[in-house]
Amino acid sequence: MAGLSKIILQRLLLGIATLFAVSIIIFVAVNALPGDFAQSILGQGATPEAVAAIREQLGLNEGPVTRYFKWLSGAVQGDLGIPMSQALFQSFAGSSTGGDVTTVFEQIVPRLKNTMFLAGVSAAISVPLAVTLGILTALYRNTAFDKAMNVTTLSAISSPEFFLAYVLILFLAVLNPVFPSLSNIFPGMEFSDRLNKTMLPALTLTLAVTAQMMRMTRAAIINLLASPYIEMARLKGLSPMRVIVKHALPNALAPIITVIALNLAYLVTGVVVVEVVFVYPGIGQLFVDSVKIRDIPVVQACCLIFAAVYILLNLTADILSIVSNPRLRHPK
Amino acid sequence: MNALIWIIGGLIVMLAVAWAFRFAAQKATNDKPYFRDMPLGVAFGYVFAAAALLFSLWYFFQPQAVDGVPQPGVIFFRWAVIGLLGFAAASWVFRTVFRNVGTENSKKLFRSMPLTAAFGIMIIFIYAIVSIFAGLIAPYGQEEILGAANVVAGGDPALGGNPEYPLGTDQIGRDIMSRLIYGAQNTVGIAFVTTCLAFFLGGSLGFLAAVLGGWLDQLLSRVVDALMAIPSLIFSLLLMTIATAWAGSEAWLVTIYMIFIIAVIDSTRVFRLSRAVGQSIVVMDYIEAAKLRGEGMGYLIFREILPNALAPLLAEFGLRFCFVFLTIASLSFLGVGIQPPKADWGTMVRDLSQFINFAAFAPNVAVTPLLAAGAIALLTVAVNFVVDWMLHKSSGLKE
Repeated sequence: MAGLSKIILQRLLLGIATLFAVSIIIFVAVNALPGDFAQSILGQGATPEAVAAIREQLGLNEGPVTRYFKWLSGAVQGDLGIPMSQALFQSFAGSSTGGDVTTVFEQIVPRLKNTMFLAGVSAAISVPLAVTLGILTALYRNTAFDKAMNVTTLSAISSPEFFLAYVLILFLAVLNPVFPSLSNIFPGMEFSDRLNKTMLPALTLTLAVTAQMMRMTRAAIINLLASPYIEMARLKGLSPMRVIVKHALPNALAPIITVIALNLAYLVTGVVVVEVVFVYPGIGQLFVDSVKIRDIPVVQACCLIFAAVYILLNLTADILSIVSNPRLRHPK
Repeated sequence: MNALIWIIGGLIVMLAVAWAFRFAAQKATNDKPYFRDMPLGVAFGYVFAAAALLFSLWYFFQPQAVDGVPQPGVIFFRWAVIGLLGFAAASWVFRTVFRNVGTENSKKLFRSMPLTAAFGIMIIFIYAIVSIFAGLIAPYGQEEILGAANVVAGGDPALGGNPEYPLGTDQIGRDIMSRLIYGAQNTVGIAFVTTCLAFFLGGSLGFLAAVLGGWLDQLLSRVVDALMAIPSLIFSLLLMTIATAWAGSEAWLVTIYMIFIIAVIDSTRVFRLSRAVGQSIVVMDYIEAAKLRGEGMGYLIFREILPNALAPLLAEFGLRFCFVFLTIASLSFLGVGIQPPKADWGTMVRDLSQFINFAAFAPNVAVTPLLAAGAIALLTVAVNFVVDWMLHKSSGLKE
């Protein structure tokens, strides 16, 4: 087991190094804004005093390297600065407005929870569905059922999310009012109510990710069917279902786990469009709104969080596939 | 709750019918092996499919309006079925025609082609023609503001339509059909240019890394690793924020920046693939021979490696195109992509999306936003069908 923990440690360090590199990329990108970014946010009509105040507030008077490390050490401690909108407000109202300033961190946390809830609901629907359908299509491969599923899933993968979302709204919200088309989630809501309002965005995401996972599950199982040990199981007279579930599936687990983790990563980061369509108060919505008003501290922070989640899930996929596959655990 | 009871009851009834069907078939065929060994699940599948088919037939022939009130569910269902069958028939005709017309090789290709791939090729053809000749096909200009705003699709004056604008006009009175046609030019054209750029960038760097190896390979690979660790839509949104600041009030510059941003982000994926493919080719003997002949780097990459890497790169080109196309559409949908007044499908979906809420009493109105979104979906589905067929053919997977 010593080898295993060494591999995991190695991957973890690699993940942290990647995150570090990503933070540099984000910082450099944001600092590529033309001129001074206080100036560019406030526009040309800004008074020099306002610009100076913003600059002071965001610490723009220091050099880029100092600023980067300040930002990074702040981010590690959960201090992501204050949103530009707040800074603007303060610069106009004077900095003596009192202590109730919402920081970026406070803005992001409840929204991140909402997004996680949405991603969790869609994962809870899509993962069992995808694995079951994958096994069924592998079992009845090349039948009419398999071909119909192939066409359906290919269409679902290639459609843009907003198309799926509007089709679902049309059929499940407008024509047959089963679920509400606006997800106005607020804190202190009952769980069932909240689930009801999350259902349509979750179903949209389910449609988008199930197809990919199902096709990979099918491919991973079918890849194994030509192996001699499967032949042996068949010749023993086992039923096709038993051959696939008991013999093929355990060996196909590594690629399936990888694709599930990758799709979960997609769920957390790909929610942007879906959240905008359904006005779901998640981090994706916040991100898009901040992009539109160029609220740099928020954009920066959201980007970093998305990247961190993405890297973490990729890392999990990597580690799980090593753990589940002895051949990767003992590389030659 | 009621619906749940109906669904569960229906499933139980179908299960019973499936059992009876299997039992009867076993008796009638005197225990043919197919029916003798049939699991109940398979029998259930047949019964379920038959029930779905029967229900669709019944639903299809329901009246479209009861007491003058339109039944949108029935109408949409009819449109969907007619559309699906129409496309299937058209692609069948398309395939049959090209099985008999053309060169010997193309005929052979079409003979082994599944219907889905024929459908894909047909749609790609149509989109290419529409986007190239958009100016000739479109009845009005894309930025032209006509007299009447909010004209309903369908062209029936009694329902608020106008025969001059078959698909209606939008909130400020631009013809939706013309904008859809110009959208083919703008959205598809920009996606195509972006993909080509991404391939040029990623492909040449990938092959270069494969041929040279050493520190250049290491450097490029690490940079690509870091870039790929940021989800691409998020990264492009971040960069677009900066691009809009650079562009200032000049909207067309935003589009140009967008092309470069998406091309760079996507070239990382192309780099990975072309490097991997290139590495497996570089070790071949004919490369060694070419090196010994004293050929230059350009010759090696473009005359030796590229022709041998073409098949996987072509399939990747299709997939990348879909991806770029969807990214651009999503960016435009979110309001930071292709800038108005240029017609673009993503922006059209966002602008027209409110009309969906009228579906319950005016099906014609609700269809316009779906047309733009459907136009995007149709092309990506078509490209994916073709790529799927190509991959299937080249991998030689038979089972």
